[in-house]
Amino acid sequence: MIEINILLVFMIAAALIAVQVKDLLSSVIGIGAVGIGLSMAFLVMKAPDLAIMQLVVEILSLIILIRATIRKDLPFSTSGRWAFNTISTIIFLILFLVFAYLSFANIHTFGNPAIKTSQEYLSHVQGKAANLNIVESIMLRYRAVDTLGEASVLFAVVIGVLAIARRAWRRDGAE
Amino acid sequence: MNHQSEKGMTFIVKTVTKLTLGFILLYGIYITFNGHDAPGGGFAGGVIVALALVHVMLAFGKEASLKLLSARTLRLFMATAAILFLYGIFKGYPKAIFGNEFILPLSEMIIVSVGLFVIFIALVLVPKSDKRSE
Repeated sequence: MIEINILLVFMIAAALIAVQVKDLLSSVIGIGAVGIGLSMAFLVMKAPDLAIMQLVVEILSLIILIRATIRKDLPFSTSGRWAFNTISTIIFLILFLVFAYLSFANIHTFGNPAIKTSQEYLSHVQGKAANLNIVESIMLRYRAVDTLGEASVLFAVVIGVLAIARRAWRRDGAE
Repeated sequence: MNHQSEKGMTFIVKTVTKLTLGFILLYGIYITFNGHDAPGGGFAGGVIVALALVHVMLAFGKEASLKLLSARTLRLFMATAAILFLYGIFKGYPKAIFGNEFILPLSEMIIVSVGLFVIFIALVLVPKSDKRSE
């Protein structure tokens, strides 16, 4: 479990940077680093579904944070430090290729999936869901709980949007 | 959506958006329908489709994307997804060709993508309140 500890230290450091730094854009990038670290932690703990979810929601929230909360034009420099930029880009490309090779070498073959929960379902679902129809229990009990969690996430998002935008809308209505 | 309009980002971004939009939408649909027995599902695919729509909006500007996806179109999508969801609920699970394993993720994908895109529109179109509150 050394990977989890490394990822946790990385996430805590990124969160501290996001809280303490003065620049707003750097803070948003720190939040993004925390989200990517959480996605990798899900992958290490063998939950690829949660990893996909965390990654796409993180990207969407980063776009919203950058585009909709930072009103100023972002600084975009094209000059200076070209040697540092080139060397760091090459180093990260080599790292990416090495890890991609390792992950593709360890990928599971077709017909031998990474998730082996089907036998678990078959042996336990009748006792836990108290239902003889296994397919119906999986569709309407396990997946319904999953969808309930997703719907609660959406409701939390709507409440957040209302809390942020309520004052602006009310002020426009008053004018 | 012509390349020459001043709204949105540069020529390069618009061309790349035109080239990659179909692939991003296809990947979202793949994640949606493959999530029946593999990692993925309606929510993740819906977020990817919403990311594609946000991509169009960032590249081509507010007016072009709102002309493409008007409030009437978004409402039509949402109503279609609700009707599909009701159809899947009343049909029950083990039926023939177009079973619930396609209907329920499809409706969830449409609801999630349209909902998140509408939230993004609301956050962008809200007037700049930070100046007036001082």
